[in-house]
Amino acid sequence: MKKIYLDHAATTPVAPAVLKTMQAFFTKDFGNPSEPHSWGQAARQGIEEAREKVARFLKAQPSEIIFTSGATEAINLAHKGLIETFKNQSKNSRPHLITTQIEHKAVLETCRHLEKIGWAKVSYLPVEQNGLVKTKEVERAIRPETVLLSVMFVNNETGAVQPLKAIGQLLQKINKQRLRNKKGRIYFHTDATQAVQYFNCQVDDLGVDLLSLSGHKFYAPKGVGVLFIRKKTPLVRQQDGGGQEYRLRAGTENVPFIVGLGKAIELIQPNQKQSLKNTQKLRDRLVSGVLKIPKVRLVGDLKTNAPHIATFLVEGVEGEAMMLLLSEKGIAASSGSACTSGLLAPSHVLLAMGYQSQQAHGSLRFSLGQANTPKEIDEVLAFLPEVIQKLRRMAPKL
Amino acid sequence: MSFQFYSEKVLKYVKHPQNLGQIKNPDGVATVGNPVCGDVMRLFIKVEKKNNQEYLKDIKFQTLGCGAAIATSSMITTMVKGKPLKDAEKITNQAIAEALGGLPPSKMHCSILAAEALKKAIQNYRQKSKK
Repeated sequence: MKKIYLDHAATTPVAPAVLKTMQAFFTKDFGNPSEPHSWGQAARQGIEEAREKVARFLKAQPSEIIFTSGATEAINLAHKGLIETFKNQSKNSRPHLITTQIEHKAVLETCRHLEKIGWAKVSYLPVEQNGLVKTKEVERAIRPETVLLSVMFVNNETGAVQPLKAIGQLLQKINKQRLRNKKGRIYFHTDATQAVQYFNCQVDDLGVDLLSLSGHKFYAPKGVGVLFIRKKTPLVRQQDGGGQEYRLRAGTENVPFIVGLGKAIELIQPNQKQSLKNTQKLRDRLVSGVLKIPKVRLVGDLKTNAPHIATFLVEGVEGEAMMLLLSEKGIAASSGSACTSGLLAPSHVLLAMGYQSQQAHGSLRFSLGQANTPKEIDEVLAFLPEVIQKLRRMAPKL
Repeated sequence: MSFQFYSEKVLKYVKHPQNLGQIKNPDGVATVGNPVCGDVMRLFIKVEKKNNQEYLKDIKFQTLGCGAAIATSSMITTMVKGKPLKDAEKITNQAIAEALGGLPPSKMHCSILAAEALKKAIQNYRQKSKK
């Protein structure tokens, strides 16, 4: 049987055109981009062209783009780098950071680290039942010593699209007041990892000062990402060494992967609207089919969710068991159940949305990609009820 | 050394669990775990006396839970079915895990749950037979 991959929120394959563009930089143009000879300069040109492509996509300046090993590193640098700048600013109070309870672990664990070492105090904003942060909550959390607000663009577990624009506008208003009162401004970071493929990520539209993204969610390879740093945003670099990436990220650049990311991001733009529509259509087909199964509900709101993610809560079944039986049939999905996390707690995102643990254990996430077809969706829909029925029959009546 | 998360044997038991179901009028029954943690196992046993010895004539399981929960509860039934009660009681969670070709460390608690389910089912039988 042909395999069906529905786990694109976890990672995507490298697009053939991307791989092709990368190849020369492994063998022919392999030089160190810091060297002035022709090998080095060929590599330098590859990096700088990629930087321009990313800048064009974000509508930023190339000098505001730095390449990292992925979104996790970008997020670490954005948060730790900014907080380090401000940690000694006031003797009486630590810098304050606001984020949300539904962020990716890259953000949450970075924030916990900053709390642990005593560099920052952190507020974790709650979300509504639909998975969205309330702009009002942001306003209420702001303190005089707040220096950073970090809100993800699209949630990776539920596909909920956060009201970044509204939050960005609010922050601009607040920052104007603060500047008038001679107080420091609040910087705005977003983890845009799940948004790049389908949404406008232009930094001025979003009102962000820092934006993190990862290549392997949009058909570039794993191990390369980007941090956008708006001009005059004060960051202390977290990886020391040479002067690469405007002295903000030491270490010889991962040239072929950076070139690959540039190519992949270039491929998004001309087709973004169409691919959003196509994916939405496939997703709707999947959702209406899955919801025909008794005692299954969709997480979040179909109208406002990102087009590529559909997460379901299946009553009386555990998520990992569903995943394993689907995988037996060559179907890849994912789950936020405790058993898939390696920890014994179910998804922090679903819990923050107010779902009970026993509901969260039955979560099943499908995430679509560019190559999926209606036929594949129909095949999944033909097989999924069987899987759920089989597992429900196994379970004791409680 | 395998780098797979689950052994082939665990996957086999998830796909084709042995001794799944209920026993009508069981001699002993026990439910362990709870839905908040994500795993619930129920074991049913039927005991037979032969030559003054008690044997597990039949054993069946029902499980709500992850792959390891299904596999360990099914495995323990195959390990003890037909065995003397006093031997069955001695089954350790390590023995269950070994019989499955090993379990990931984060999944060892499932084998503990399975061993506990059998002990409690036997306890339940003993309490009933005292009366």
